[in-house]
Amino acid sequence: MTGLPRLTLMELRLFLREPLAVFFAVVFPALLVGILGSVPGFRQPLPSLGGQRVIDQYVPIAVTFAIVMLALSVAPSALAAYRERGILRRLATTPVRPAALLAAQLAMSLATAIFTVLLVLGVGRLAFGVGLPRQPIGYALGFVLAAAAMFAIGLLLAAMAPSTRSAQGLGSLLIFPVMFFAGLWVPRAVMPEVLRRVSDFTPLGAGAQALQDATGGAWPQPLHLAVMAAYLAVFGLLAARTFRWQ
Amino acid sequence: MPVIEVDNLRKRYGERVAVDGVSFSVEGGEIFGIVGPNGAGKTTTVECVEGLRTPDGGSIRVLGLDPRRDAVELRRRVGAQLQESALPDRMKAGEALDLYASFYPGPADPGRLLEDVGLTAHRDTRFGRLSGGQKQRLSIALALVGSPEIAVLDELTTGLDPNARRDTWDLIERVREHGVTVVLVTHSMEEAERLCDRVAVIVAGRVVAVDTPAGLVARVDAEQRIRFRPLSPLDDGLLTALPEVRSVTRSGLQVVVTGTGNLLHAVTSVLARHQVVAGDLRIDQASLDDAYVALTGRSE
Repeated sequence: MTGLPRLTLMELRLFLREPLAVFFAVVFPALLVGILGSVPGFRQPLPSLGGQRVIDQYVPIAVTFAIVMLALSVAPSALAAYRERGILRRLATTPVRPAALLAAQLAMSLATAIFTVLLVLGVGRLAFGVGLPRQPIGYALGFVLAAAAMFAIGLLLAAMAPSTRSAQGLGSLLIFPVMFFAGLWVPRAVMPEVLRRVSDFTPLGAGAQALQDATGGAWPQPLHLAVMAAYLAVFGLLAARTFRWQ
Repeated sequence: MPVIEVDNLRKRYGERVAVDGVSFSVEGGEIFGIVGPNGAGKTTTVECVEGLRTPDGGSIRVLGLDPRRDAVELRRRVGAQLQESALPDRMKAGEALDLYASFYPGPADPGRLLEDVGLTAHRDTRFGRLSGGQKQRLSIALALVGSPEIAVLDELTTGLDPNARRDTWDLIERVREHGVTVVLVTHSMEEAERLCDRVAVIVAGRVVAVDTPAGLVARVDAEQRIRFRPLSPLDDGLLTALPEVRSVTRSGLQVVVTGTGNLLHAVTSVLARHQVVAGDLRIDQASLDDAYVALTGRSE
């Protein structure tokens, strides 16, 4: 095996050697569904949720949580470290381009995110009877756009952070507002109208709703797809412009 | 035939001129040293040769290639060791070597290389847990894993203990025996004297001398110094009368004689004639260190 697949596999191995990162990006989202689902009240259909249960709301939120951990914590600190410690520079003296490492890191993150999504959906379905996405194509589209938008933000973070430490710090700082609007503390369905309106225009507020809609069988709303695409375009472009290899 | 030709290379960082018209050429199969004070432009020069930096002026040919335009081809044929060793902390030594081997069309045997640099026992040790010297040796192995025609090694033995240094020098000599051209950036005159066929001395962005180590030493008309402890009384006047002798001083029981020409023969002849036995006789000869100090000091 050579080239990108080999680098991707190496990135995966390195990621698996960081227990804390694996816990937050893979185990925790599934654990979140497990814990919330164990609360009896969260398994009761509620009129305020349009007849849905709390646990139904939290499966898409757990998926966005996995995306956020990979995009704002794992990837930026890895890439900032690669730059700060001269790993990209070292690679620049070999026939492999440093961009390949970036691609490998993204491919690894995407594979990990997909694995976590399957895990979260599996736990939700098997343990608590949460329905699988009834509009799978819309679900996949929402997932890919949400992940792409968040990785664009994470890459800009890695590009702008002067050091690994500041990339980590900035990343963790961003996780709270992003996850707040995705509904980690208060699901979108029970957010006050104003807050939900703001949430519509955040990458994972739009993302969580798109996943929610597709789970129910509807196509994600154009507004939410457009919001995620806009984040992807703006932050992707900025990241591409600011990223330095040294 | 030269494999590296650097002609009037110039590079500045903002206002600061790092390389100010460096020219030299490296012949195929030789070990070529680049020495000079910190900030003299050594690293910038080799980074331009490796294609990591774009020169502001001058021309560089490496194996007939332009390091910027023919970057891909160059990187297959030139191995580089950078000043700071750089791998992710959680990558194992063996994994790193296997991974880097996969980048090249005709790589060396990673297991064999690991053995050559004495890291076989650390194949499964993570990079972050290797000692400074082990990291350095791994970094040398990485520079060689692509079976390069030219190996550019920056600060080869910095941070190595004396044994590891000697082992590394032996390794570099073996590498050269396989026809690899080696460019060595170093601070250590001992290293340059031991390994290099020719040495370029760079000071403040300019080449002040390119010569064999012996040639550089010969350029410096350094004073010789002889010290000994006379075992019977000795009249200093006998020594000062010699044309070769410049000065005679005493420190405790020791006599220190400085001078030029065939100083040793002149002094020992006088001592023998007067039946003075010289105990603890020592001669300080000009070394590459002296040559370096003279060459770099002169132009600063």
